[in-house]
Parts: sequence; structure tokens; C-alpha cells
Amino acid sequence: MVPVPPAAEPDPSDLDLLRRAGRGDWTAFEGLLARYQGRVFGLALRLVGHRQDAEDVTQQTFLSVLEHVDQFREEAAVATWILRIAANHALKSLRKRRGLPTTSLAAAEDPDDRYAALPHPRFIAPWRELPDQLAERAEVRCLLDQALAELDDKYRVVFVLRDIEELSTAETAALLGLTEANVKVRLLRARLLLRERLTEALGDEAARVFPTHDHG
Amino acid sequence: MTCEELLQALNEYVDGTLDLSLAECQEFAEHLAGCNPCQIVVDNIRQTITLYQGQQVYELPAAFQDRLQQQLRKKWQEKFPRPT
Repeated sequence: MVPVPPAAEPDPSDLDLLRRAGRGDWTAFEGLLARYQGRVFGLALRLVGHRQDAEDVTQQTFLSVLEHVDQFREEAAVATWILRIAANHALKSLRKRRGLPTTSLAAAEDPDDRYAALPHPRFIAPWRELPDQLAERAEVRCLLDQALAELDDKYRVVFVLRDIEELSTAETAALLGLTEANVKVRLLRARLLLRERLTEALGDEAARVFPTHDHG
Repeated sequence: MTCEELLQALNEYVDGTLDLSLAECQEFAEHLAGCNPCQIVVDNIRQTITLYQGQQVYELPAAFQDRLQQQLRKKWQEKFPRPT
């Protein structure tokens, strides 16, 4: 007779793991680490751009999580809490590397934060392939990393937090010390700049269109 | 609606959070239907976001992973000083 394997238990939720970790359960903490270390490292790498700094940020993030593991107030999702801690450490690291004061990413009077100065689309063409076909290719993955790395810090940070990590506009604004309106304009600029760069590489030249009227 | 006005409202349109009246929404849709360049730009931006969101999770370098684990374990034993 073939033994029947026991029914697989559903994976514990993040909150279950965090509550158990908060009571001193190391295995539960390891579970959270396994779930989030890749995401935290990716966030750090995209924000700070240097492998060594990204490792430092990842380490500081999980040390902070560990230190406060028994103080989580359940006001936000566990994922958001961890990513916020990671983003804070990454921003500190970025400012340190750039030799900038802590307010540098939050200049309230930045003229680029006005809609009037938006970059107008230049290379307008449908892409030759669909995103799911493109995502498979190593050179496209390099292009994505490169295009992101070329963005000005203030746009890259907003794009990573909003569009990749999917934090809300309000959460991103609070993290960066910006108004929600500034976050929105910076996100739009980041999207337009990345669109331009990716379309130059992935757009179908033969199907390129030119605005027949003032496109802007 | 002009292309410039459409460009400024792009985020809200792409994110589905367009805070516009019904008439303004219709204006947006009408502009897109009659303006191939704007339609392509909207598609390109959606595809850009999709590509970045679909990126694979980064793997930690093995040596770093070991170091991280060891350091956390040590701190854990300081925070919860009992056999684990």
C-alpha cells in the first residue's frame, strides 16, 4: 500500500511569522528573512547602484527588523514595514555616497517638479515584441538595469518605490520628505524618461510615428 | 484636450486613478482615439512599467548570505538570550 503523504500545510502568513519571531522564534525570523532578503537586496541595489553598499543596506535592514521585531504595531502590512526600513537605509547610503545633506532629495523648490517642464516624447513607436517575450532575454534585463541607473537619483528613487515596490504615493512622499504632488510629477518624469530610453532600443523603427500637430 | 494636457494626466490614466469628471474622461478617450502618437506613448509607458515589475528577484551572493545569517543569529541570541 502506498503511504498517503500528509496534507501540505499552507505557508504561514507574514504576520504569523513576525508574531512568532517577536516571541523569540528564530525559525520564524529565518522564514521572513528567506521571503524578503532578495526583494530588499534588489531594492537596495536599484537605489544605491553598488553591490557592496546594497549588501550593507540589506544587513542594516534586517538588523533593524530584528531589533524591532517585538514592536511591530500592525498598522501597515509586514512587507510595507520591511520595505520602508530598507528604503530608509538605502536613502541614507545614497546620500552618504553622494556626499549630500539629508534634505537633498527633497528640495521643495525644484523647478523640475512642475508639469510645465515635462520632457516631450521624441521616439514614438510601438515595440517590436511584447513585454513577456522581452523579459526572457538577458540583454533586455541589462537594458532595464542600465536605463534605471542612468536616471537622476530623484527620479529613480520615486520610480523604484512607486512602480517596482508598489508603495503608495503617500508612503513614498513620507519616506522622501516630499509632497504627494512632487512625487506624482517625479514619477511621471521617470516614466517618460524610461519610456524614451526603452523605446529607442525596443521600438519598431519602421512603425515610428511623428506627431502631425504640436505633440505637447 | 491637447497632447500636453493628456501628458500631464498620464499617470492618473495609466494607474486608473483618473480623478476627472465623466466629461473629462470622455475627452481623454476621444483624444486617444484620434491621436495615434499619444496612444502609442500610453502603451509604451504601460509596457515599461510591466517590464520593470516583472523583473526577477535578485539573488544574494552566497558568501554574503552566510555572513548575514551568522550576524543575525548572533544578534538574535543577544536579544533573546535563551536556547533557540
